[in-house]
Amino acid sequence: MQSLKYNAGNIASVQNTLTRLGYESLVTDDAVSLRQADKVIFPGVGEASSAMKYLKDRNLDEVIRSLKQPVLGICLGQQLLCAFSEEGNVNCLGIFKTMVKKFPPNDLVPQMGWNSLTKLSGPLFQGINESDDVYFVHSYYAELCKNTVATCDYIVPFSAAMNKDNFYATQFHPEKSGSVGEQILMNFLKL
Amino acid sequence: MLKKRIIPCLDIKNGRTVKGINFLDIRDAGDPVELAKKYAADGADELVFLDITATEEKRKTLSELVKKVAAEINIPFTVGGGINSLEDAEIVIKSGADKVSLNSSAVKNPQLISDIADQYGSQCVVVAIDTKYVDNKWRVFVSGGKIPTDLLAIDWAKKVAELGAGEILLTSMNNDGTKAGFALDITKQISEAVSIPVIASGGAGTKEHFKEVFQKTKASGGLAASIFHYNEIPIPELKNYLKTQNIPIR
Repeated sequence: MQSLKYNAGNIASVQNTLTRLGYESLVTDDAVSLRQADKVIFPGVGEASSAMKYLKDRNLDEVIRSLKQPVLGICLGQQLLCAFSEEGNVNCLGIFKTMVKKFPPNDLVPQMGWNSLTKLSGPLFQGINESDDVYFVHSYYAELCKNTVATCDYIVPFSAAMNKDNFYATQFHPEKSGSVGEQILMNFLKL
Repeated sequence: MLKKRIIPCLDIKNGRTVKGINFLDIRDAGDPVELAKKYAADGADELVFLDITATEEKRKTLSELVKKVAAEINIPFTVGGGINSLEDAEIVIKSGADKVSLNSSAVKNPQLISDIADQYGSQCVVVAIDTKYVDNKWRVFVSGGKIPTDLLAIDWAKKVAELGAGEILLTSMNNDGTKAGFALDITKQISEAVSIPVIASGGAGTKEHFKEVFQKTKASGGLAASIFHYNEIPIPELKNYLKTQNIPIR
């Protein structure tokens, strides 16, 4: 089990949750360790263009794209797995062929708090009910696309979770989403 | 739909919760970690820890506490009380807190709001505003409500939002401890004037008070201490009630 280290976010809380769930983890930006991991979690709160620069400077963009084991991007991690982000107008990793946009200012931005998940599909949401609530903190969102496996509605409907091959991603913070979030993380860990 | 948040507040002194607490099912009522776990299990949406320790050991005990809470709690939590510098904020955030709350230190040095927001993001920065209605105006008080300032709450709220605060925790000193309800007028004014979430605090005594503040103002959350500590209003009961009143609640 590995957690990817980069210049963003509250990685400690993801690691705490993994420990509570009985999994060992290592925070690293070492390509060899990442390739050898059973699973890779790519967490983060931060700014997209500076996070992408950090990854590129260390050649981690190529490393992430080439991973074959299950990978979970969380929050900014999900956004960086998309094609392009309006935050700093930066090309991202391109796993999910969708755009990351800023919420229009029709309501409070960032969305901060608990919101419900709908249109759930795939292994991450085994045992999770339609309309269960999870915790979000974000100003940018990934547009709906064919890889969307959970939808949330705030100002606009957006991708609350995505999956393509071995790549999984959530816009919400499963590590801060109570027992529902722990179940989603367990579902990923058991893949 | 984004839900309204119910937020218990724990006052901490020397690493222990203060104010009496009478949950029968908690082994050690003074242990903030135990109490926080109980609240999280009950459905609290977030927690606020307010450290009122005044000793020089404060930083160390606080960071140890934050680490323990972060290891055990699976919902977001805010830590406030004596965060006077970017370095103080860094210690608390790196120990695992999701947000820091600034009060007197932000009034004294507004730049601190921007400094923390630039470093860790606006979502990390809560500005707590203690306000009291004096001479027909809602004025800002600091130092635990002891010292008046020249600031009006509405102006200060707009200013902190501009400086990069991600949230405002608004406490009405007139209402705090009265159990007569939240200060609806100033909560309404401020929650309509800024584009960041406002958490209402001070005066909650009944379930209806929460309904009122969510129906009559744009508050994103309601914070209370004693009614939860003394189990006068159990959180599950409060949340069920608000759901029946069509308030969006988790």
